[in-house]
Amino acid sequence: MTNASQSVRDFVAPHVRGLPKSGIRAFFDIVASRKDVISLGIGEPDFPTPWHIRARTIEAIESGATRYTSNLGTPELRQALAAYTERAFHVGYDWKSEIVVTVGVSEAFDIAFRATLSPGDEVLYHEPAFVAYAPLMRTTHAVPVAVATHRADDFRVQVSDLEKKVTPRTRALFLNYPNNPTGAALRRSDVEALTAFAIRHDLLVYTDEVYAELTYEGERVSIAAMPGMKERTIFLNGFSKAWSMTGFRLGYVCAPPALTDAMMKIHQYGMMCASSISQAAGLEALRAGDDDIAGMRDSYRLRRNYIVSSLNAMGLDCFTPPGAFYVFPSITSTGLSSEDFALRLLNEESVACVPGTAFGACGEGHIRCTYATGMESLKKAMERMGAFVTRLRA
Amino acid sequence: MEALLNLLKQNARESDDTLAKMLNTTADDVHARIAALELSGVIRAYQAVVNTDIIADHNDVCAVIELRIRPEREGGFDRIAQRIGGFPQVVSMFLMSGGYDLLLFVTGRNLQEVAGFVSGILAPIDGVLSTATHFMLKTYKDHGVLMTGEENDQRLTICP
Repeated sequence: MTNASQSVRDFVAPHVRGLPKSGIRAFFDIVASRKDVISLGIGEPDFPTPWHIRARTIEAIESGATRYTSNLGTPELRQALAAYTERAFHVGYDWKSEIVVTVGVSEAFDIAFRATLSPGDEVLYHEPAFVAYAPLMRTTHAVPVAVATHRADDFRVQVSDLEKKVTPRTRALFLNYPNNPTGAALRRSDVEALTAFAIRHDLLVYTDEVYAELTYEGERVSIAAMPGMKERTIFLNGFSKAWSMTGFRLGYVCAPPALTDAMMKIHQYGMMCASSISQAAGLEALRAGDDDIAGMRDSYRLRRNYIVSSLNAMGLDCFTPPGAFYVFPSITSTGLSSEDFALRLLNEESVACVPGTAFGACGEGHIRCTYATGMESLKKAMERMGAFVTRLRA
Repeated sequence: MEALLNLLKQNARESDDTLAKMLNTTADDVHARIAALELSGVIRAYQAVVNTDIIADHNDVCAVIELRIRPEREGGFDRIAQRIGGFPQVVSMFLMSGGYDLLLFVTGRNLQEVAGFVSGILAPIDGVLSTATHFMLKTYKDHGVLMTGEENDQRLTICP
């Protein structure tokens, strides 16, 4: 037995062996073994996929859209995406040469990294961050360089902090705003400063804007739309969050033709194309899904107001996040570490949230709570959490 | 005001405190705004959405009745509508465009009772030209609420 596991282990590439498993995994196993848990740990919308999108998906199957499509994605979907990115983000992409439809935004950043990073290249990214970015960068033998963001700046990455981490090997900057797990969003002045920084150091910029439609306050500004940025930006987005289509696995990447060509090669050999059925669904979402987004966004905003005010009322400092569907309150006032807080909350009150450290070391002192959960569950969760915090302080 | 009304239409039993947190205001303010909505007649009543199909000893029947009526010289449809709406058997009533004028939702303890109401009370009213009665067999959705086959939440309990 020892020999067998030894020999299997030997086949694994050293740089993959070194990749951490998602910090959420261990937590998931505990939660899965229990019955009465209210989970605020889910990173996906609770709203069902809008009915007209599901109906169109069924029609697509019935009418035979069950074949390979163009590697890049169907022309109709790419044309609709070009119109959408122009309308929603004020950046124009040529549907024939600058858009690749992918299997979720996850495949989009995977092929973006593989097409552009060489061994030893350093990529600056801000933490706390979604768990997949740094490990996927490492699969290309690139070096992810974490830059901490802080509550004092509402978790908006600061150019002064980025500057400290720049070396001659720095090749790219990765951005994810609105942010998972903090709910932070950038202001125009931030985007302007980041633009100047990227140009000053001749960096490629990846920007994952999958939560952009879930922006509740303030102007929505994409770095891809800033002067001089389109040619050095890979714009990543998907349908999962805006239209509650997580299981469809549909995303897309937009970039200048030379970069699109390079990503296309990997996508074509590795994936062929995104699901034809999902592409038909995505087209329906873009064609008639504006009201769906507006309705869900309104509900999220009200729930966010509720959860932020409840957390602050129980003495857990929490800024009002302008985007996504997460709050990232500080739990330092309880004297517990993030992990202890999350574990004890789960064991004592059956409420699941994710310790901030799952998203990087600087997430210590925080927990991530999702408000993509119905009001009845949110209310119960806040009651139980309030009782837990009161007991800790007694 | 629109946001508050929408929340109440989803759940009229929501507490003032929760509504206040969602709308970034105080419970007192919510209380006052609801009182004003009630006073001005915007909010007429609060009711539960009930699935009567699954109540064991519930035998009431509901019928949809299409009514063609002759409008009066003074008062148009309103006076006759008022006369019909006064009967407690009539649960809802709307003036419609198209092939008939009034659409009624009528309940009774059994089929005979509703039939008797139509033939004995509604049809003889002066100005009622014709009636067409359809009995409801099963409720699938009422007031935006699905009565059967509610989707389970199939999401994983923790995901990044």
